[in-house]
Amino acid sequence: MARRVSPARIAVATVAAWIVGFVIFFPILWMILASFKTELEAFAIPPSFLFFHWTIENYETVQGRSDYIHHALNSLVVAGGSTLIAMLIAIPAAWSMAFAPSKRTKDTLLWMLSTKMMPPVGVLVPIYLIYRTFSLLDTLGGLILVLCLGNLPIVIWMLFTYFKEIPKDILEAARMDGATVRRELIYVLTPMAVPGIASTLLLNFILAWNEAFWTLNLSSSDAAPLTVFIASYSSPEGLFWAKLSAASTMAIAPILVLGWFSQRQLVRGLTFGAVK
Amino acid sequence: MGHITLQGVHKAFGQHVVIHGADLDIEDGSFVVFVGPSGCGKTTLLRLIAGLEDVTYGRILIDGTNVVGVPAAKRGLSMVFQSYALYPHMSVRGNIGFGLKMAGLPRPEINRKVEAAAATLNLTPYLDRKPRELSGGQRQRVAIGRAIVREPKAFLFDEPLSNLDAALRVQMRLEITTLQKQLATTAIYVTHDQVEAMTMADRIVVLNAGRVEQFGSPLELYDRPDNLFVAGFIGSPRMNFVGNETAKQHGAATIGVRPEHLRASRDGAGWEGKVAVAEHLGSDTFLHVDVPGIGKLTARSVGELGLTTGDRVRLLPDPGRIHRFDGEGKAIRS
Repeated sequence: MARRVSPARIAVATVAAWIVGFVIFFPILWMILASFKTELEAFAIPPSFLFFHWTIENYETVQGRSDYIHHALNSLVVAGGSTLIAMLIAIPAAWSMAFAPSKRTKDTLLWMLSTKMMPPVGVLVPIYLIYRTFSLLDTLGGLILVLCLGNLPIVIWMLFTYFKEIPKDILEAARMDGATVRRELIYVLTPMAVPGIASTLLLNFILAWNEAFWTLNLSSSDAAPLTVFIASYSSPEGLFWAKLSAASTMAIAPILVLGWFSQRQLVRGLTFGAVK
Repeated sequence: MGHITLQGVHKAFGQHVVIHGADLDIEDGSFVVFVGPSGCGKTTLLRLIAGLEDVTYGRILIDGTNVVGVPAAKRGLSMVFQSYALYPHMSVRGNIGFGLKMAGLPRPEINRKVEAAAATLNLTPYLDRKPRELSGGQRQRVAIGRAIVREPKAFLFDEPLSNLDAALRVQMRLEITTLQKQLATTAIYVTHDQVEAMTMADRIVVLNAGRVEQFGSPLELYDRPDNLFVAGFIGSPRMNFVGNETAKQHGAATIGVRPEHLRASRDGAGWEGKVAVAEHLGSDTFLHVDVPGIGKLTARSVGELGLTTGDRVRLLPDPGRIHRFDGEGKAIRS
């Protein structure tokens, strides 16, 4: 018989969950509210939560001063492009590691992950110089390349764990049915791993969208994505919290919407194979 | 055509040798069963033939052509897996037709062949269902359908019935045998269940620790086992083995008598013992008897003898059915 949980416990747990949820959400809420305040109200202590003079002038100023659409499109191209290329490389790589492992597969996997342990700033100078030499600075191609390579280890790891869950028998059955490796990947493995692939895709897209270190250091205007757009408001003239908040809200809105609609898919993918 | 020959086939995983040189000649159209305890290498041998594992050395010929190094997809064989290994995202139609699609057949022809296979296996009403909507037996049929639709040179079955319940297993056993006879396609079937082996096979390969112990018809193995292993493995309940003085009297290190060749009676000639357990099946009675100086023996009697635990009983072996083995466990043929 399932353990009985008393209504009081449920109530306590619910309240606790709401409190934790609120604490996590609070900075975002604060930012959204601040974006509708005047600069003076944004600084006011004590801050007012709902009873202030609501205004959209920050949004108008931000849009007037810099081209949001231009940066948003860059973000879309950089995040989308790097995700797509990473997936094209990672699916066959994860396949070979999961289904045709060699003696060194484990080491390769660990080595790939270890690259994520190094602080990116450690290689900033060489990468900057390479980019300058090959004229990749402030280009979409350059950003796509660096984000794709940066996220590749995580993408391969995630796909590898999903693929490991797929029974080997099924792939062998496909081979007995006359399928070549390429067709096995297209007709059997990929459709079976759709939940895993989709969540990897979404996560990689979100990581690439939010990535700030490389995008800030390797782009300035032409290829600059939304991270650069936000950073431009913490400028030498001083901090403008309300405008900064408006810019940040505009920058995170698309990914927030994407995350909201795909949360079920994300959770399903991230817990894929956890319960048999 | 599906004439499969194995010549000195070895398989090792690193230092660990799994198959120690198998030589077999499997005739076209025959039903051959690989049987043996778990870990004996029967599945590995099947996978070597399938091309899912690489041969360490030796040759595998299909219709006279050496297929070592030929990928599984090009060997023209089909396989039914223990886990069924159906494609979960495809319908029954998609599953059965996948091999034909890979072969590049036009869609109408695929449909025609899939429907014919489905009709043979009573799967027509389920063609548009997904594997998860089917029962175990139906899934097994789909797996078989996928194998037969391609008209392969041979079917390879890897313990296909072990996930089914007892009643369904008996039914499917019969269906597979009938189907194989109808199609007259070579079949190699792996099982650890000797009853399955005896009932289905034209010829049986008994494997033990990576070695072929004996290759023969079911009755050959039953009547003339080559060694102690085969004698003990084939037949249920297993053969009784007696050593010591009793065996010496027959000029052997060990003698073997099958339970059905021990006549049990309340009095008369034979070894005297006490019934430890009596199993009443109605048609038969299995008596597990403690015989002083010999050990535990099992006797199978037709019908009821009215014997129960603790009763005295005499067991008389049929003199023409005593198997003799030498000190190395090999059969002594006189």
